[in-house]
Amino acid sequence: MSMMRNRLFLPFALLGAVLIWFVAWPLLRTITAVTPAALWHTLGEPEVAHAIGLTFGASAAATLLALVLGVPLAYLLARAAFPGKALVEAIVDIPVVVPHSAAGIALLMVFGRQAAVGKAFAALGIRFVSATPGIVIAMLFVGLSFLVNAARDGFRSVDPRLEHVARTLGASPWQAFWQVTFPLAWRSILSGVIMMWARGLSEFGAVVILAYHPMVAPVLIFERFESYGLDYARPVATLVILISLLVFLFLRWVGRDAEA
Amino acid sequence: MQKPEGGHLRIEHLRLRLGAFQVADLSLEVEDGQYFVLLGPTGAGKTVLLETIAGLHRPEGGRLWLDGEDITARPPEQRGIGFVYQDYVLFPHRTVAENVAFGLALRQATAWERALPWLARRRLRRLARAQAVTDALDLLHIGHLADRHPRHLSGGERQRVALARALVVQPRVLLLDEPLSALDPQRREALRGELRRIHRALSTTVLHVTHDFEEAVALADRIAVVHAGRIEQVGTPEAIFRRPATPFVAEFVGVRNLFAAQASPAGKGITRLAVGGLTIIAAGHAKGKVHLAVRPEDIVLSRHPQESSLRNVFQGRVTAIEPRGALVYVTVEVPRSGEKPLPLVAAITAPALETLALRPSDPVTAGFKASAVHVF
Repeated sequence: MSMMRNRLFLPFALLGAVLIWFVAWPLLRTITAVTPAALWHTLGEPEVAHAIGLTFGASAAATLLALVLGVPLAYLLARAAFPGKALVEAIVDIPVVVPHSAAGIALLMVFGRQAAVGKAFAALGIRFVSATPGIVIAMLFVGLSFLVNAARDGFRSVDPRLEHVARTLGASPWQAFWQVTFPLAWRSILSGVIMMWARGLSEFGAVVILAYHPMVAPVLIFERFESYGLDYARPVATLVILISLLVFLFLRWVGRDAEA
Repeated sequence: MQKPEGGHLRIEHLRLRLGAFQVADLSLEVEDGQYFVLLGPTGAGKTVLLETIAGLHRPEGGRLWLDGEDITARPPEQRGIGFVYQDYVLFPHRTVAENVAFGLALRQATAWERALPWLARRRLRRLARAQAVTDALDLLHIGHLADRHPRHLSGGERQRVALARALVVQPRVLLLDEPLSALDPQRREALRGELRRIHRALSTTVLHVTHDFEEAVALADRIAVVHAGRIEQVGTPEAIFRRPATPFVAEFVGVRNLFAAQASPAGKGITRLAVGGLTIIAAGHAKGKVHLAVRPEDIVLSRHPQESSLRNVFQGRVTAIEPRGALVYVTVEVPRSGEKPLPLVAAITAPALETLALRPSDPVTAGFKASAVHVF
């Protein structure tokens, strides 16, 4: 299908081009300002490699938690009518609007060393402040909205009568969910997974309040920039941008083939 | 495929409310092997009623019995009641054969496959090649579509897949929700024939919901006319069309001259219809047990027999004259040897009635063209 020519297209394209330039150019500048040899050298630094591994791992853990806890919730939000549903939906959306440093403070109030929940977990040997679990819950808090909402929209787009038919053919509710609804909503859920995971990779504000150490990549970039300046921060930034892009492209590609 | 066991459905004082739709007190009995049609206007909540029978909604009151067992509280997967939606609702992520195999795979699932359904995928793939699935596909003439995905099928093909998917697990009762109304007229007629053929072959109990009276008459052993969540009348097709019990039924079915007949081809593009001792000539081809209808407006009355092109001319006697709006409905009873007379209703204008000066019990000639006889 060829697109209809429209007099508006040219001015609109010019306006849009400004925005695209605004995103692409700084990224491109950062990537090209560093030689491959310098990148390789940076990756070899134990501190950098550790930070990058920690960032990816913590974000994956947060996403997995949200998957286990959030997909059932998303299904309920898509299918069930219950009192307080609007409130639950609002709560799911709130992390998107709360400033992330404020979110970090809020989490500290509950999961900190002095708080009841924090103490209970401490008894189990899990610390949140200045520890990896703290990074994970910070990423969970700021990213769960993406996953839950995407999964909810995915479930909503599956005709409930498909489940009805499966039931009349002998499926239990559990079987109808896993064999019909989940596979059909999977693409939306996966896109939620990608968004949430990417959100976790980039998280700075909430993480830095709960756990400056161990250092995730965004905190490391910030620290190098603060302590040594742009030249020292840039190779790490470049590395993180490149890896993020590669992973992003890979997951997009997986998502496209998921149904085939 | 063989006939499933049982299939006697009894609905007792069912009460139901869902949104604006309400059933106050509905009772109904469908015999084992019967083709039962619920006939009512579109949007009368018939889908909700069927979903309740299938166990997808819980009624507010009343009981459902299947072969003497109370199934009111049973979940749908334990009822053995099949369901086919108007718009088919095929699993879009499975092939035609996998859609049909779905119910069988569930029945054969091991405990592990029930708990971890992603293990069930392999069984589904294997069963898609099973004999029972092939038989079901062949029964519906869709064997050649086995490996296609539903999105590549036409409406009629999808409906056949939906029927095969429901039939392959041998349901005790099959619920059909407006199964033909989403199809174009040609496909509708073909699939109507299929439904009749399949019902004769399997004698599965069928509860079929429709707003189309012709469909109801063509398929039903028994019809219940429903209106506003209530049953207005239950009976054989002829009984309902001949003796509407309520004004609503009379209005809704709208047909006055409807008769069961035995059709045999008479050559030259005409069909001979035996209606209990009388012979009616119709245009077109038909064979076996059929129904015929003649619109009252198509029946011509005259005082004396006249030579004309009308293929159907009968001598009778006027038994009733009812003016209705611009027309007058004149009932003429045509005597038959050894049987009750055949009532024909003709609609004529008031001036025409004046000219003929007809009064009850007057002799009269009623005629209509072969092409005015509607066979189905």
